Amino acid sequence: MKSAAGAHTGTGTWLVQRASAVVLALALPGLALYVLVALPLDFNGWQALFAPLWLRVLMLLTVAALALHAWVGMRDILMDYVPSTGLRLALYLAVIVTLAGSVTWLAAVLWSPA
Amino acid sequence: MKPAARPVYLDLRRIHLPLPGWVSILHRVSGALLFLALPLGVWALSMSLADEAGFQRLADGLAHPLARLALLGLIWAGAHHLLAGVRHLAMDADWGVDLKSARQSSFIVLLGGGLVTLLAAWRLFA
Repeated sequence: MKSAAGAHTGTGTWLVQRASAVVLALALPGLALYVLVALPLDFNGWQALFAPLWLRVLMLLTVAALALHAWVGMRDILMDYVPSTGLRLALYLAVIVTLAGSVTWLAAVLWSPA
Repeated sequence: MKPAARPVYLDLRRIHLPLPGWVSILHRVSGALLFLALPLGVWALSMSLADEAGFQRLADGLAHPLARLALLGLIWAGAHHLLAGVRHLAMDADWGVDLKSARQSSFIVLLGGGLVTLLAAWRLFA
């Protein structure tokens, strides 16, 4: 049996979830507000909205924090409901591919030459 | 105590989850929904920023009532997840952990998520 103190692997993920939660709670409403006050927009205005470098950096950092946050959350959910080890590992992989794919895709979208 | 007669049949209609329990399970459900929405959101942004035709496709798609309903669901998920998450963070800091305040704050979270959703529904459908 493991000791009650465990291997402390849970403390790290707990902290990642909390720290990323604080970042998201501040950044996402701010970004939503930035877009909402600018609406309605035509195509040129929409492109101009995402042109500032600081905004693109902020968006990418926010979505990176979101990926970490979602990883811990989805891992918790899968640990609770999927007892079959093989299936759970396959789903972990699907979650990681989805999150890493979304972050890199967003980077490509934000830095593609317009 | 006499053991209950077996088998025991659970009547789902008679099981009542307490308010903090609803907040908790909906925090999970909304989190999973938001995870699924992330690639969709990046896809929509990619299409809308690529060229004028893509922007128009997204605008036309979002004009459909079903798309607006899906968007409304995501707005609820985001609002509930954020409010329930702030509640969790407060409880981590030992704030509001007694039963009475835990019930009150879970009511506020459910109400707040509902109000944001109503406001968004009014903007999307009225």
